[in-house]
Formats: sequence, C-alpha cells, structure tokens
Amino acid sequence: MQNAAMNIEDKGGDQLVLHVGPQHPGSGHFRIIVTVDGDYIVGAKPDPGYVHRGAEKMAEYRDYIQNIPHLERPVIIDATGVTLPYVLTAEKIIDVEAPDRAQYIRMIMAELNRIISHLYWLGIYGIFLGHSTMFMWPMGDRELFIDLAESIGGTRVTFSYVVPGGVRNDMPTNFKERALKTFDYFEKRIEEYKKIFFNNPLMSARTEGIGTMDKKDAIRLGITGSNLRACGIDSDTRKDETYCLYDRVDFEIPTRKEGDSYARCIVRLEELQQSMNIMKQVFDLIEPGPIKQVIGGVMRGEPGEAFVRTEAARGTMFYHIVSDGEKNPYRVKISVPSFRNLIGMTHLLVGSRLADMPAIYWSLDYWPVEADR
Amino acid sequence: METFEEFVKRILTILFWFLLISPLIIFPVLFLLVPLLGIDVTLANEILTATIDPFKAIKLADRYGVGPSSTFFKVAAFPGFTFAALVATLVILYERKLMAKAQLRVGPLYAGRFEGVLQPIADLFKLLGKELVVPEKADKTFFWAAPILSLGLGAALLTVIPLSPTTYIARSEFSLLIPFAIIGFSPLVVLIAAWASSNKFAFIGGLRALHQLAAYEIPMLLSILGIVILTGSFDLMKIVEAQKDMWFIFPQFLAAIIFYITILSELERVPFDLPEAETEIVSGWLTEYTGMHFGLLQLGVYVKFYVLALLFTLLFLGGWNGPAFLPPIVWLLTKLFFVITMIIFPRAVLPRLRIDQLIRIGWAWLIALSFINLFIAVIESSLGVI
Repeated sequence: MQNAAMNIEDKGGDQLVLHVGPQHPGSGHFRIIVTVDGDYIVGAKPDPGYVHRGAEKMAEYRDYIQNIPHLERPVIIDATGVTLPYVLTAEKIIDVEAPDRAQYIRMIMAELNRIISHLYWLGIYGIFLGHSTMFMWPMGDRELFIDLAESIGGTRVTFSYVVPGGVRNDMPTNFKERALKTFDYFEKRIEEYKKIFFNNPLMSARTEGIGTMDKKDAIRLGITGSNLRACGIDSDTRKDETYCLYDRVDFEIPTRKEGDSYARCIVRLEELQQSMNIMKQVFDLIEPGPIKQVIGGVMRGEPGEAFVRTEAARGTMFYHIVSDGEKNPYRVKISVPSFRNLIGMTHLLVGSRLADMPAIYWSLDYWPVEADR
Repeated sequence: METFEEFVKRILTILFWFLLISPLIIFPVLFLLVPLLGIDVTLANEILTATIDPFKAIKLADRYGVGPSSTFFKVAAFPGFTFAALVATLVILYERKLMAKAQLRVGPLYAGRFEGVLQPIADLFKLLGKELVVPEKADKTFFWAAPILSLGLGAALLTVIPLSPTTYIARSEFSLLIPFAIIGFSPLVVLIAAWASSNKFAFIGGLRALHQLAAYEIPMLLSILGIVILTGSFDLMKIVEAQKDMWFIFPQFLAAIIFYITILSELERVPFDLPEAETEIVSGWLTEYTGMHFGLLQLGVYVKFYVLALLFTLLFLGGWNGPAFLPPIVWLLTKLFFVITMIIFPRAVLPRLRIDQLIRIGWAWLIALSFINLFIAVIESSLGVI
C-alpha cells in the first residue's frame, strides 16, 4: 500500500523533502518526513509503525501471567511503568488485591524505573543537542539505578517483576542502605548536570522558546505526563487517580509555565528528585509482611471489564481489559502516552528551524516502540 | 578472531622473514643486473645495508639530495607533511582520551599496552580495510577529488609556517597571509564534497559550511590585522621575534579570543559543528564518505587543526620564545599542546549552536569586537607599547 505520507514529495520550488528516519541518527524507530523551505520546516509528517507488532492482539493469545513479559517489550526502558497498569487492571478482573508491602515495593520499582527512563532520555537529549558529555554522564549514572533495580527484579531492564496479587519476590535486606547511598551520590550529580547542561547559556539558547506548546493545545491534543506539566498544568495520575499507595507519600508535581523544550527538560530533571523523595518516604513507611497473595491454579478473570490509569515515565498509561471468563483476556487495549506526543510533535515542528528538530522531537520523549505497540 | 596485537605481530613476522629471505633473491639479481646497467656495484651493497641501518640510509639519502637537510625531506618529513600528519594523529588520540576523562569513561584502552596508544594505527588499518563506496548518482570525479583536495589544502598550509628560527620549509615575506589565503579555499572543498555526494543531508551540510564561512572569515582576518599593525610585518618570523619581551596575547587579548572562536568555527568543532551535526543532518557533508575517503577528509581537517593551533601559538603565545635552557622547538611544541587542549575542550562542555545564532555571533559580536580590537592596536602602536 502506498504510504499516504509520501504525497508530500510532490511539492516543487525551493522546498526540499527530507526523510528523517528510520535510518537516521536522530530519528529512532520511525520516520518523519520533513519539508524544509530554506532553514524552516514547512511540513512535518510523522510516519510511525516501523516497530508495530500487534502487542494488543498478541495479548489475547496469552494468559494473564504470560502477558506480563510480553507487554513490557514495547517500553523495556520503563518496564515497570508499562506492566504496573496492566497488573493493576488484571487484579481488578481476577479480583485479588496485593498486600501493603507489595504495593510499596511496586512503588519503589516504578519510581526506580522512572529514574532509569528519564536518565536515558536525558542522555539522548544531550547528544541530540551535540553535548556529548551530557550523553555519557546520565548513561553512566543510570547504571547505578539499574543495579538497584536488578537487586530487586533480577534482570537489568526487563524485570517482569510485578505480578497479579503482589510482586515476584521480596527485596534484599540491605536495599535501603544501598539505595540511600546511591541517592546521596545522585543528588550531587544532579547539581553537576545543572552546571554543565541546564545552566549552560548555549543549551538554554537552543531550547528556550523552541517548540512552545500552548496550554489549550496541550489539553486539546491529549498530551500527558511531563509534557503537559511543562505547560503549567499540574496533572499527575499518581495524585489525580491514586493507585498503589501513592496517597500515603507526600511529593510535589514539578510544573513550568513556558511549555517550551527547556521547560520540558527541567520538569523531567525535577521529577528525578521527586522520585527519589518518594522512595525515601517509602523506605520509612514499608513494614515486614507478605509480598504476594497466592492465587491457586490458573488465573481466570471474571466476565467483565476493567481499566486503570497510571503515571508511567512518559505520561498517563491506560489499560482496558475485557474478560469473558477464560484464562486469556478477551481484549487488551493499551493507550500509551507516546502516541499522543507524536500528535503534538507535528504541531510543534512546523514553523521551527531544521536544527531545532532534534531539540523539539526528543524533548517530547517520544518512544516509537511504545507508540507503535 | 585475532586481536590487534596479534595482527601487528603477524605483520612484523612477515616483515622479518621477508627481510631475511629477500637478500637470497635480491643479491644475485642485483649483482647480475646492476653491472649490466652500468651502475657502480657498491651501490647495491649500500642499498641493502641501508634497509637495516638508518645511519647509512641517511648518508645514502644525502648523496642523492633527499637527506635531512634537503628540501624534499623538509617538505615530506620533518617540518612538513609527515610531522603534521603525526601530530594530527596524536591529536585524535589525545582528543579521545581527554574527552573520555571528562566524561568519566576510559576511552581507547586495548590497542597497545598502555592506554590505547596504538589506537590511531588500529583506526588507520580499519579505514584502509573498508570498501570505498561511491554513490551511484554521485559526481564521481569531484567525489574522488574532495578528499585529496582536503588533504592537499591541509598540506599546503604547512609550507610557509616556521617551527623555529631554523626549522621551516620556505621563507616568505607574507607567511602570515598565505595560510589564510589557503584556508579561505577550504569551504569550497566542503561544498565540492557535499555537491558531489548528491545527498540531501550532505547538501544541507555544505550550505551550512558556506554560511559558517560568511560568519567567521571576516572576524578571523580582522583579528590578526591588529598584530600586523603592531609589528608592521606579514612575516611570521618577524612577528615571533617581536614577541621576545611580551606575548601578543596581553596587548591583543580581544584578538586572541576572537581568533580562538573563529578557529573553533573553521575547524567545525563544538559548538560550531553545524556542517556535520549528527542528529540533524546525519554527518552533514561527510555522510556519503567511507573508508579511506573519510580518513583523508578527517586527516585534512586535523592537519588544519594542527596548523591553526600552530598559528595561534606563533601569533599570540610568542612562538618559540622561551628561556634558553630548552631548545626553541620544545617551547613551541609545549605551547602548541596547550592550545590544542584549549581547542579540544569545548567539545566536552558545550552543546551545538544553531546556524542563525552562529551568524549572529559572527556578524553582531565578532566583527564589532574585531574593529574595536583594531582601534586598540592602533592606539597601542601609536603609544609604542611594543
């Protein structure tokens, strides 16, 4: 089938059509067809779908446990962020509830994963602006958090750790000490990040006022997560629709009014600190107890449907599961934040300069695999 | 899989056996053929001994006018191309190590026993082994010409720049002007490479290089004019001689800063690496170049790097002037090392600028500042500071 996006090629005159991606150092697993007039972008047509695997349909052929490793594939850098809403939805269908300790450990894992994902984003954003040190530093520091998560989940990135009824295994006894040591170190590193990157006049010259998203547009396009918070809306699913035990911890929602690339960056940087604050509070709240409500036999959902929204690293992750009482779910619908960001990207790119394309594109933290599912 | 060390060992083994066995073939051939051609027989002996005895090799080379004091040697080896290429290669290694240290990495580590010192050689072998891919729709003549031109330009820069009062290839009254005349040609090479590639990203990179030229060329020339006013000469020798008491970086501080910024821009280094901005336009004008094509282009750029760092040293840091306990060339290379570090370091701490920002910096700031600097130079010259 001829791609509809190709029609943009027909424009003549001084305009140049660039295919940025899927084999381009600054694209990721998708293509964006950019029409430039001089240095300005006059048309931007995203062409996603290069990594579409039909994760939703495949989920119908797997049972509730098999779906956990399957559904974390789209966003392996935020593995807990994408499996947690699935498990919460599945728990509603199966009608089990995880004990408090499991809920707390889930929060720790979710926040660790948020940090891991944000650091990955930050590293790539650094290299997208041509700042190679900002690429290496977060990628190096990310390993510390991966080590922490590995000591709980057992693998580096694909943990498959959260299961219906609780979590797979308890966390190690010395985890609190290790984590606090890492946090102390990382809080110093955040200051260094600010010195070398966020307070760098050249960095703010590249990002301030670039890709400014209007508050109303953001709501109209359904943008979620950090991108929405950068427009001045303190929306966070962790507070708006509390899940796990997020209502017992106290944390701030970092917001900025400007809505430009710089605001999106600084919001994510502050979220790193907030995630660590949440984990520190959880360490004080967590008490010994069971970590799993054991379910005998094969998990079968009650006939019916359920949905849950959570705050993943990129924004609101929504799962809707329909069950007909079989061991496999009848339908799994995933609504991912990245796809909404893609819609926003087209609006932001048109009218900006070609050199601003990476600065805008990656400031939205668009993850093609997540959007394609 | 053989490691790099095993590879070098294999090459050396082949070389060893070749040197051992080849006399068995070459001796009879030479002794039979050389008398027939009417050449002195002793020459054959000398050639063979020279292959393993460097002192005899120098003597032999001297006799035929290619010895260390000859023009050929100067051009090809010491102050000339080989030395510059060696420095350029070491700069690449140094840059990688310095960047790695700034970024909490180790950098090249395995080639060579110590800190990856043989990495440039390993890179060279890698590039030599790569296929030279020429795009089907490329303008083949110019596509091939660009790498050679790039290196040729880099080498041409070396001709008139002295390394010490006695170490130079050619003397010229205008040895300051000639390098800048040649440097002005280098964006044309970029444009040739970009146009011949027939690649959109390369084309944008080439256009960016031209815009960049418009932004930095004028301030670059204006910034060195202050020194010409102070010394009244375009001769680098005389300019360095004039810095016996005071380096020009003190009376011409503004010029030094402008010249430093324009060096970064000329070399397409961060924050001015727009023509090869990776995440925007793949590799810019280098996109379609592979293997040794790419190697030659890069070598040309790094030879230019060496020349511009050398010019900064000569113009602002007093060149080879220094206390007499070390030879002049050592002082020059020490200062050169410092300048090279200064040119490399922005890459570790700065992001990339946008083309409009670069042009604004060039036209609104650097040109204005370089005119102010000219006034300063005129005042200093009338007051007799130098």
